[in-house]
Order: sequence, then C-alpha cells, then structure tokens
Amino acid sequence: MSDIFQVPIFLFLLQGLRVTLTIAGAAILMSLVFGTILAVLRNHGGFWGHLAAVYIEAVRNAPLLLFILAFRFMTPLPPVYAGIVAMTVFETAALAEIVRGGLKSIHKGQWEAGATQGFNKIQVLRYIVLPQAIHNVIPPLVSQFTTIIKDTSYVWAVGIEDLTGKGMIIMGRYTTAAQVFTLFGLIAAIYFVINYSISCYARRRHQRMAKAIY
Amino acid sequence: MPGPFAAFKWEALLSDWNVFAEGFGMTIAVSVLALLLALVLGIAFGMMGTEKSRLFRLVNRCYVELIQNTPLVIQIFFLYNGLPYIGIQLPIFWVGMLGIGVYHGAYAAEVVRAGILSVPKGQFEAAMAQGFSYRDTMRHIILPQAKRLAYPPLTNLAVNLIKNTSVMAMIAGGDLMYHADSWASANLYYGPAYVVTGLLYIAICFPLATYAKHLESKLEVSV
Repeated sequence: MSDIFQVPIFLFLLQGLRVTLTIAGAAILMSLVFGTILAVLRNHGGFWGHLAAVYIEAVRNAPLLLFILAFRFMTPLPPVYAGIVAMTVFETAALAEIVRGGLKSIHKGQWEAGATQGFNKIQVLRYIVLPQAIHNVIPPLVSQFTTIIKDTSYVWAVGIEDLTGKGMIIMGRYTTAAQVFTLFGLIAAIYFVINYSISCYARRRHQRMAKAIY
Repeated sequence: MPGPFAAFKWEALLSDWNVFAEGFGMTIAVSVLALLLALVLGIAFGMMGTEKSRLFRLVNRCYVELIQNTPLVIQIFFLYNGLPYIGIQLPIFWVGMLGIGVYHGAYAAEVVRAGILSVPKGQFEAAMAQGFSYRDTMRHIILPQAKRLAYPPLTNLAVNLIKNTSVMAMIAGGDLMYHADSWASANLYYGPAYVVTGLLYIAICFPLATYAKHLESKLEVSV
C-alpha cells in the first residue's frame, strides 16, 4: 500500500490526468460546436442536410479506436493533437444526434412565433430554439460527456500517455497482487470521482432549472 | 512516393482477405455473447433497481455507478493484467466477452429499470390481485410492457457494444480491429486497412442503428 501512495506516483498520474482532461475537454468543446451545426443542417434537410446525415451515420457506426489509429498513423499531427482531432471527428456525430433530438422536441409554433416577432431564421435558432433544445437534452448530453472522458483512454492504444497510459506504465513496476489491485483501484477511483461529480452536478442543476421554469 | 490508397495496397489487402474475415468472425462472436451477457445482467440488476428492498437497490446503484463511471479500457486491462496476479488467467476471448458484457450490462440495467418504472403500478397490483406470483407478474405482465420502451435504447446499446469490442485490439484480442491494425502496421498499408475495417463495422452497426430509429419513431406515434 505505502509503496503506491507516494507523492511522485501521484504526480506521475496527475500528468496523465492532465492529458486526459486536455483531450476530453478540447474534444467536448469542439464536437459540441460542430455537432450543433450538423444537427441544425440535418434537421433543416436539403443537400447540406443529406451530407450531414451521411457524415453522422458513417462516423457513429464505426468505432472510435479506428479514428484514433487512422489520425495517428495517417496524418503528420503530433500524438496528442491526433487524439483530439480523432475524438472530435467521432464525437461530433454522437453529439449531433443528441442535439438533433432536442431540436425535434421544439414545437413548430416557436419558429412561427419568432418569425412574427421579426426575427430572421438564424436569430430564431440562436435565441429561441437552440437554448430550449439544448436544455431539453442536458441529461443525455452530460452522460455523453462522461463517456467522452472515459473513452479518452482509447488513446493509450497509440501510445499517448493519458491517465490510463501513465497508470499502465507504473503498473510494470509492481509485482504483488495487493500492489497491482491497489493501483487499478486508484486509477479507477480517479475516473470515478470526475465522472460521478459531473453527472451529479448536472442532475442537480437540471432539476433546479426544471423547477425554476415550471 | 505512392499515395496512401495506391492500387497495389488494395490488391495486397484483397489477397489477405482471410485475415480480416477471421477478425470479423471474432468480433461478431464476442459481440453476440457479450450482448447476451449484458442483457442477462441488465434484466437482473435492472429488476433489483425497482425493488422495495433497500439492499437490492443499493446493489443496483453500486453496479451501475461503478461500472458506468470508469473506462472500459481499465476494466479490460484489469481482467487481462490484474486477475493473473491472483491466479486467474482467463483466455483472451473470455476477457473480451466478460469485460464488454459487464460494462454494457450496467447501461442495460438502467434501460430495463426505466422500462419497468414506466409500467403503471396498477398493473403490478392487478396481477397480484389475480393471484400471480411475483415471478409470473414480472414475466407475463411487467417485462413484456417494459420491453416495448426498452427495445430502442437496447438496440442502440447493441451498436455501442459492437463498436466497443474494438477495445480487444488493445490486448491483442484477435478481433477485427486488432487484425486490421497489425496487418496495417506490418506492411504500412494503413489506408485500405482502415477503410475496409470501417466499412465492415458500418455494415453491422448501420442496419441496427436504423432499426433502433425505426423503433423509436413507432414508439413516438403510439405514445
């Protein structure tokens, strides 16, 4: 036990955690933006809508690991950037479908009411429809965010030293069952604390917002 | 320098098609068995989550929260690298099946729980009043109704499960992704290998995902 709970080991894992959170955070932010754009396009239909649909269906039906390998080995990007781009490309499709679910939940009357008030289409979307749509899908959105944080561990497959990677590197130094199990428990606990607090926070926020509205 | 998708690379892939076929077969086998395991676990733990007994509900919460909030990769590594330290050396196929089945079982449990909770309480009471035992009530009255609501998310779950079998590539698991990656890194013909692999995954996942959407839209109409 005491040979694992040491400052240098925590610092080493912390470096990995920084990589995990950098990749996950960047991927979440960018795929939320791109995903919303694709969702709006697909919801709107037409040529661009069809193109968005093809992208979404092709990407979300292939595994994340495939994109991580492809961007790592087929582009000249530095490893961490390849990881961020691969995850953004993949998660954009997932988030687009979630946001589109929200868009579909908004009644047509909202568009019409906005139009009668002199808003143009973009303004209705920006100020009336999207805020409500996103609000309606906060629970699945947040659960996808935690999935993104967890799935960042796939980048260890191409040698990016995220929390999982750093953990596995230290793992090689230990030989007894107690040490290895403790280390696994420690790594899992770090992921657990982050993801569990995010989902609890989101659940509470959402309940409070729901109460404030109705 | 030849491009990443040069013709001779495709020819090389075509002549090694059995490598990909073998991986594809492994991916399907693991997916089917892991899905069965996930469903069994999902129904068992999902039912526990709707029980009056606090102990059952606690077991449900522990399983769901612990599994859903830690990465599949860590869980697979634990089965593969951790268990041998206490003398349990599972064959690679079992590591994949158990790890992926248990991970998605936690998601299935939440779906099943939500499905059961969506059935009005009166259904349960009416069945009990008719002399049904708890088991028969669940089997003949509650679960068939819960199933309707649970089907679309469970189909989506199957898609995620199939995609996540690719985690086996990280432990040399012999699945499609592993074979594609090792074939590609042996001869550096990444382009064709990844395109074909992607298409093979899409070939199974796209019909399933479309079916899930169809089920969802049917549900919307009937509700």
